[in-house]
Amino acid sequence: MATVTSAPPTRQATPPAKRPRKGPFTWVREHIIAIVAALVFVYMLLPNVIVILFSFNKPAGRFNYEWVTFSLDAWLHPCAPPGMCTAVGLSLKIGLLATLIATILGTMIAFSLARYRFRGRAATNLLIFMPMATPEVVMGSSLLTLFVNMAFPLGTTTILIAHIMFSISFVVVTVKARIAGLDPRLEQAAMDLYANERQTFMKITLPLVAPGIAAGALLAFSLSFDDYIITNFNASSSSITFPMFVWGAASKGTPVQINVIGTVMFMISFLIVGLGQFIAWRRRPKD
Amino acid sequence: MSAIAHIGQDVAAPPPSRRGKKWVPYLLLLPGLLWLVVFFVVPMITLLSQSLQTGSIDTGYTLTWHWQTYTDAFSLYWPQFLRSFVYAFVATAMALLIGYPLAYTIAFKSGRWKGVLLVLVIAPFFTSFLLRTLAWQTILSSNGIVVKFFNATGLMNVLQALNLVNGDQLLSTPFAVMAGLTYNFLPFMVLPLFASLDRIDPRLLEAGADLYGRPFTAFRKVTWPLSMPGVVAGTLLTFIPAAGDYINSKLLGNPNTTMIGQVIDGQFLRVLDYPTAAALSFTLMVTILVLVSIYVWRAGTEELV
Repeated sequence: MATVTSAPPTRQATPPAKRPRKGPFTWVREHIIAIVAALVFVYMLLPNVIVILFSFNKPAGRFNYEWVTFSLDAWLHPCAPPGMCTAVGLSLKIGLLATLIATILGTMIAFSLARYRFRGRAATNLLIFMPMATPEVVMGSSLLTLFVNMAFPLGTTTILIAHIMFSISFVVVTVKARIAGLDPRLEQAAMDLYANERQTFMKITLPLVAPGIAAGALLAFSLSFDDYIITNFNASSSSITFPMFVWGAASKGTPVQINVIGTVMFMISFLIVGLGQFIAWRRRPKD
Repeated sequence: MSAIAHIGQDVAAPPPSRRGKKWVPYLLLLPGLLWLVVFFVVPMITLLSQSLQTGSIDTGYTLTWHWQTYTDAFSLYWPQFLRSFVYAFVATAMALLIGYPLAYTIAFKSGRWKGVLLVLVIAPFFTSFLLRTLAWQTILSSNGIVVKFFNATGLMNVLQALNLVNGDQLLSTPFAVMAGLTYNFLPFMVLPLFASLDRIDPRLLEAGADLYGRPFTAFRKVTWPLSMPGVVAGTLLTFIPAAGDYINSKLLGNPNTTMIGQVIDGQFLRVLDYPTAAALSFTLMVTILVLVSIYVWRAGTEELV
């Protein structure tokens, strides 16, 4: 963004003389794009507000769709719906394992693609892009045919395999962007100061790429924790994840507690992302 | 090499080459790519093979190259195919229409609030996809504020004329499904749009404003062409998942809004007709690949990954 500050101040150069009549319509017309943007934000965030609000509801029937009265019941008894907390536990377990493996594999691919010129680069890029350009229902069902043909039993292992598969590409793209954005002069400076390749990587490159790896890992975890379609194809009746529990509940009756889990997820994600933004803000170059 | 020699050099210079270690990039790629080959590429082959087999789940399947499964499946389920692509197209167009002003505002008008607004764009992901889609059942319910607003402003009459709603009801209608699809994939549109708008040098916009005078002409001649990579990436990232999605059509629609994903899911997991299900799934994959290839070729963008 260094170019911005060096831009000639053409706007200020013109005298601010022409200020015609200012009615409310002029204001609306001048800010029309920002007003549309604000409305789009409302559309994007309204469901999150509803999820949080309805975690404090006391519904009249089996479905938590209409506001009845304020209640803390669900927050005080979060594990009351049978099977829900087991499902959350399984989702957390699969999410953490899938994140760990996908982040390691994806980061390795990202370094290879960003730092080396080699035969088969284009094909590798295509293979990384394909899972992101394939509908979930195709990935889920094709993986099911593989497991059925190999007579491999469906369950937690097959879900984990699937989650690692669809997370890798997202980690690669996130980490690769970070590596590409690095200033190569920093590494060159380290080398010039007699650091060897290993020291340069550990002390300069890795710490600089770390925010990208962290972002990739967060993305992988949220994709895994939230996935329904691919999971449903490769699960068994004894491996019910949280999204599968919610899907089942959607037709039988939605307990308020699923909104409690949704609200807790929201708060944790908000804290993590907020913390990341805060660290970036603290480390910003001071003018 | 002295440090001074590097100063002022092009920052985007190629990274230092590591000659003599030709195997290093392949070693880094090996485990990840092996995973993708075994669990992404090979399943596509087993999917194709499954679609050409005959038999049943009890007696087992044999490969008989029974291509007729494809024609049978397509003649039965072409309405769901067509509907999926129409819904996905409308959702993509709507997401572009409302996502562009949002991305534009964040990129050019937000000042020091840029970071906060970007967090708000990804904030929907902080809560489960399914829970947020269920929340639309509350928002669009018959005594909710949206239905009242649509009735008061006459929007309901427009939607009725387009046959997108059912009387005065918004929930369980094609309108609800398309609104849900637009909502769910909107961040996938906004983020690439923002990324390419944010890269534009503001001086180019000023030059455009000086050259063309009218803000709209400047936008059409400068901003829009420069944001094309974001438009292409955003429309793909919205259209592809929307075409395969069935969560919205199941939770917000009715039996007449069934999309192809729902049929594939049902054939695989309830009807257990694996060849038909595999044929539908493979057809969906090939159709999307063909559409995407034509689109990317026409748009002439290679900056996707």
